[in-house]
Amino acid sequence: MDMVVILSTLDATIRLSTPLLLACLAGMYSERAGVFDIGLEGKMLMAAFAAAATASVTGSVWAGLAAGLGISLMTALLQGAAAITLKGNQLIAGTAINMLAVGLTTFLGIQWFAQGGRTPQLKEGERFTEVKLPFADELANVPVVGPIYSDLISGHNILVYIAFLAVPVTWFVLFRTRFGLRLRAVGENPKAVDTAGISVIAMRYQAVLITGLLCGFAGAFFSIAQGSGFGNNMTAGKGFIALAALIFAKWKPVPAMFTCLLFGFLDALQIRLQGVEVGGVQVPVQAIQALPYVLTVILLAGFIGKAVGPKAGGVAYSKER
Amino acid sequence: MVSAVVSTGEAQAQRPLGAAASDLAIELVKINKRFGPVHANKDIDLKVRRGTVHGIVGENGAGKSTLMSILYGFYTADSGEIRVNGRAEAITDSRYALKLGIGMVHQHFMLVDNFSILENVVLGAEDSALLGKSLTRARAELTRLAREYRLEVDPDAIIEDVSVGTQQRVEILKALYRGADVLILDEPTGVLTPAEADDLFRVLNVLRDQGKTIILITHKLREIMAVTDYVSVMRQGQMVETLKTSETSPEQLAELMVGRRVLLRVDKGAAHPGDTFLSVEDLVVKDDLGVTRVKGVSFSVRAGEIVGIAGVAGNGQSELLESVSGMRDQSAGTVKLKGVPLSLEGDDGAHRARKAGLAHVPEDRQRMGLITSFEEWENAMLGYEDDKAYGKGLLLDINAARAEARERIAKFDIRPTNERLKTANFSGGNQQKIVLAREMERNPDVLIVGQPTRGVDIGAIEFIHNQIIKMRDAGKAILLVSVELDEIRSLSDRILVMFDGQIVGEADPATATEQELGLMMAGIGKEAGK
Repeated sequence: MDMVVILSTLDATIRLSTPLLLACLAGMYSERAGVFDIGLEGKMLMAAFAAAATASVTGSVWAGLAAGLGISLMTALLQGAAAITLKGNQLIAGTAINMLAVGLTTFLGIQWFAQGGRTPQLKEGERFTEVKLPFADELANVPVVGPIYSDLISGHNILVYIAFLAVPVTWFVLFRTRFGLRLRAVGENPKAVDTAGISVIAMRYQAVLITGLLCGFAGAFFSIAQGSGFGNNMTAGKGFIALAALIFAKWKPVPAMFTCLLFGFLDALQIRLQGVEVGGVQVPVQAIQALPYVLTVILLAGFIGKAVGPKAGGVAYSKER
Repeated sequence: MVSAVVSTGEAQAQRPLGAAASDLAIELVKINKRFGPVHANKDIDLKVRRGTVHGIVGENGAGKSTLMSILYGFYTADSGEIRVNGRAEAITDSRYALKLGIGMVHQHFMLVDNFSILENVVLGAEDSALLGKSLTRARAELTRLAREYRLEVDPDAIIEDVSVGTQQRVEILKALYRGADVLILDEPTGVLTPAEADDLFRVLNVLRDQGKTIILITHKLREIMAVTDYVSVMRQGQMVETLKTSETSPEQLAELMVGRRVLLRVDKGAAHPGDTFLSVEDLVVKDDLGVTRVKGVSFSVRAGEIVGIAGVAGNGQSELLESVSGMRDQSAGTVKLKGVPLSLEGDDGAHRARKAGLAHVPEDRQRMGLITSFEEWENAMLGYEDDKAYGKGLLLDINAARAEARERIAKFDIRPTNERLKTANFSGGNQQKIVLAREMERNPDVLIVGQPTRGVDIGAIEFIHNQIIKMRDAGKAILLVSVELDEIRSLSDRILVMFDGQIVGEADPATATEQELGLMMAGIGKEAGK
């Protein structure tokens, strides 16, 4: 393969891993605080729809992003109320969000836009476009470094940069701040936090809201950055792959980034490999499209070893008498 | 015994400024607390002097923990007054209690297992939003506290890697770091080895001599006598009496706790051993991780005798028990019942052992002996459901089973006397009686008992011990495993000491001293005397 092919595959890798990374970091906050979240998918889908619908109606990409974030936060709050305050089963709460999201976005899409659930095609200014980093043009002709900087690093939309910036920020928040210490403690032994005089409930809500915020970015990425409009179920299980990446990365930010890049790379490879012939026989597109998912299963089952998540995860906290 | 540490003039100077106002660190006046129909604390008065170790004893459910939770702000009293250093305070949450200088070391540690000791100490008492400064300050402070109170720890060690004794140290350090002057310890020795408990008492003495006030909640009278200056006795939600420890005796305290005379010494006649009922030869057992925990153990138990196995927890006793009772496969060796080798391999090993006449009261009754969410009568027949007494064929004769459960409730004095109640609602002692009744009433030839009185009240301990002696006198062979050396010494007719998977010595309870046994338990001292 020549340099151009490699660079474009890696470029696609970065693009494809962005929503995974945002969702994965989103899940990290919630799960580190002891609230298992299989509702990442649902929150992203809601955000994707809200962002596209709003951007299309108002004509402003920023209004779209705000709507996506807002809806995702509200969905997170709803899930939090079920899982934290009402002490419902966290898996059921997450599943409910996912089902609600699929149904509601399709229903509202058909009702409002009458295009079979799709939102209208977004025009210029209604979606995020590529950002050219400083000196991208000047450096483009420098050998090796030039193309990497100007083609690979520069030229993505702003949400990509937000996603990768969120990695060191998350690491710092989790491991170098008071908030992070308490957040991790709440996921491991909420009673220890309670006896230290800190509200377990408040900590968990804060975590869930951050999860909602990051899911909002991830959802907006699908419909108003990568795509130009919302399509039915457009998140296509990425929320679950992000969850797999979270487990594979053992709930740590930097490994999470590399895992998401790996999954993104598999996805990019999958696109490039479509139409490939093996021994004169055309490999079915579906088989190649399934590759990232198959590899996800294999990675999770085979290579991960024992993944021990936050100890108090999955259990609502209640003071015992 | 605990060595006292001489108090210094410097220590006196460290007392809080308000000390002159009152020599009482804590005063509780007419505290009342109800949980629904249960009156957990009735008009409790308590005075705790500054610079003393004040013990609070009482049976489970006497209201000790409730009272301390009120003092620590976990619950709020329905009525009554709390005075701290002579000033009336409304303690509404634990944060405020900490602010007043009241710290608590809980029975179940409030630590985050995968955090470092430093992080645990800092959690909830951080100086600012960024951690760096707090951690630096805490590290310096831990060094100071370690020097002052002789509480050395490695601040960077992870909690799950350190011993239970060290974890408790961290709990104490946590309280001191938050500026606690009054330290409440709830059943602190329940999880400690004897050596760790002695170390704790030494620390408590140092703290007291440095001017700290310590409230010690326990049901172990030996600890009260060893370490406290004053002792208050609670019974059924009321404060019965407060005494100077030096002017009381374990017998008097036991009587105050239970409300009637209690025999602390076990009253038993001489053993009349008969034929060998249980013999274990060259037994080797591995644990779940494949580590050999029992390394070639041989012994026998005869009819009409109690053989006690002493040892510090974790020296292979649990694996030995589980193997002999058929719950864990053995790697080598034989177990014979009345000369007939028992086949204990496989998942139904325990079932075959029971059928052959070997009953087992497991060490951890809640995990292995009972299903606590079942009703009492269901547990009373657990594992014997296919007995003809409970019906033939597919159907269970529920009435017969319940009638039998009621009979046993009467016979073993199990309270409350309701076989339809969930087992979780019975106290530890009564749960243990349910298991004992189930195993003893089968009239087995061999009874294997692990930790018969762990977490059991004094009154119930007396009853359980008497039942075990009765079994012996009825000509049964009894194998007893306990980490309570006192219990082993008072019940056993012969003592075997286990260390590192081997029996390292045999002793006669009538002549062996505690020191002798203690040395053997530590792996020092005489070799197997067979």
